Amino acid sequence: MSDIQYLEGKQPDPREHRLIFKNVDRTGWNPSIDRYLEDGGYEELRKAMDMDPKFITEEVKKSGLRGRGGAGFPTGIKWTFIPPNNTKPVYLICNADESEPGTFKDRYILHQDPHQLIEGMVISCFAVGAHVAYIYIREEFPEGAQILEKAIEEAKEKNFVGKNVLGTGFDVEIYVHRGAAAYICGEETGLIESLEGKRAYPRIKPPYFPAALGLYMCPTIVNNVESLCHVKHIVRMGGDEYAKLGVPRNTGTRILCVSGDVKKPGYFEVEVGKVTMRELLYDMCGGPKDGREFKAVIPGGSSSKILRCDETFKIKGKDGEETDLDFWDIPMDFDSLAACGSMAGSGGVIVMDDSRKMSWVLNNINQFYAHESCGQCTPCREGSTWMRKISDRLVAGEASPEDIDTLESVAYQIDGKTICAFGEASSWPVEAIIAKYRDELIADTSEDNRDKAHNPEAEAQRKFLQPS
Amino acid sequence: MSQTILEDNIASPETPGTKHFPPFAPNDALEAEAAKRLAQFPDDQKRSAVLPILHHIQHHHGFLSAEAIKWTAERVGIEPIKVVEVVTFYPGFRQSAPGKFHVRVCRTLSCAMGGSYELMDRLCEITGIDRDSLDPHHHPIAVSPCGTWSVEFAECLASCGTAPVCLVNDDFHEGVSPEKAQGLLDGYSK
Repeated sequence: MSDIQYLEGKQPDPREHRLIFKNVDRTGWNPSIDRYLEDGGYEELRKAMDMDPKFITEEVKKSGLRGRGGAGFPTGIKWTFIPPNNTKPVYLICNADESEPGTFKDRYILHQDPHQLIEGMVISCFAVGAHVAYIYIREEFPEGAQILEKAIEEAKEKNFVGKNVLGTGFDVEIYVHRGAAAYICGEETGLIESLEGKRAYPRIKPPYFPAALGLYMCPTIVNNVESLCHVKHIVRMGGDEYAKLGVPRNTGTRILCVSGDVKKPGYFEVEVGKVTMRELLYDMCGGPKDGREFKAVIPGGSSSKILRCDETFKIKGKDGEETDLDFWDIPMDFDSLAACGSMAGSGGVIVMDDSRKMSWVLNNINQFYAHESCGQCTPCREGSTWMRKISDRLVAGEASPEDIDTLESVAYQIDGKTICAFGEASSWPVEAIIAKYRDELIADTSEDNRDKAHNPEAEAQRKFLQPS
Repeated sequence: MSQTILEDNIASPETPGTKHFPPFAPNDALEAEAAKRLAQFPDDQKRSAVLPILHHIQHHHGFLSAEAIKWTAERVGIEPIKVVEVVTFYPGFRQSAPGKFHVRVCRTLSCAMGGSYELMDRLCEITGIDRDSLDPHHHPIAVSPCGTWSVEFAECLASCGTAPVCLVNDDFHEGVSPEKAQGLLDGYSK
């Protein structure tokens, strides 16, 4: 791999381990199939087509690959949820609705290396027995959708997609389907509803996985772009060899996207758990901007709970013994971040320095979730807007100290009370920012505001209750 | 009564941008696109083609008019209300004309930290758009008086590392600091 050169200024960090992003920003690279084939592309597909589909699923299970979309559920296990005596068609859906604030990894795969995804998808379709696959791509990637359409055409011409793939008798069609700018379509059952041409209202669980009942009530596997790309590399390396990358239970590589207040934001593909917060933010991202200090980090997309840079966490080991873990020593893996009360989520790391006010950060996040709630469940539809309104007041300097308690209570009334995980996604940032920065938020409020009416309804009510 | 509600929901008020888009009329290209998309789904699941057909229409006609909605419903074989509910749900669909060039500025955290609100202010200043006069919930798109430009805040365009970012029609632009607003628009003002 030493012969691979990257564009000036876009060279990978020496601590990176590039599998998925091998071709991103590569000198002389383009998204055409010819370039991909020159580089040994579709060899893993040939290899996979000689394997037993069950064997591929076993290899993916052995690899320990955990979904890269946000929940971190083991991909191979998800595949085995297709009912064993199923007689209906099986569908595979690639979730390319990358919308979690802070996440920008799939963008580069779709735009620069579409054939890697297509190869991963055809192998996955073969493994799960799907003959039709859809790539659900967010509407805001119009160029990405065109690149994919073209790449699928190219792959069909070379018989990697279509009827009788490589003469094996296996048929598979892949279609690109564009969303329409709704974050909720990243939720897999919301995505399925959207693909059925409806409003993207997530479905009631159980069944917990659309592998049982999904698109058109048929077994459906929904995987993230990055997860499907990993399948190709698992076939190449073998599940056991792949599992040697990363740390136990958190295998392979993953792409961390760093944005916000660092000197050098960007994407870094690293072995899971092999890089700590300190290495990521100081060594790879160049540290804080001049004259600033790091204050807080959202480690896995805006839904994940915020972490303070001066925190120390109590981590329970296998023997039940508690040890201290400093924020800067947190390894970037699923289990470690979960043990610190947050999550690795989608890999979107948003960094804030000491110039940022937490009330402003909270309000920006609340605006996002209030806008994106699909409106199906009352706690989320109403609650996300209430949270936004309270934080609007907070940044306007019109909130009272009690508002912080109200905000917190609204968040806890959403959390766990909705059909899909959007409820948690919208309430966790609020819960965490209040838990960790309560004093700072209260400092932004004013005792004087306690008796003021904050909206026309309250004002009308006040007139009624307190005749003057 | 119900008919009135439906009619109200599919009305498209005229905007200064209307003049830049041809009124909806089915043509061969639309028929071909509809046929292609319908073929991608099982015979009893044609409703799935609603989003792609609407995208095609909006791309060529700027927005989704009552005629467009009715045509789509008929082509797919479902009631118009089922198309209306899709159109009104997704922020990516609009029912009135944007400007000739529609600028979508990312509003979400990393871009906001990178200066996207200042970028939006600058864009409005240059194009003479008064966003404050609109209720952003019901009118997320603000059109300039000349009809050439329109602006809208978008939720996370997934390029947080190169903040602030925006889309102008289908073109993606990254690292658009507020000072670059004029240059960005100059690239389109022909």
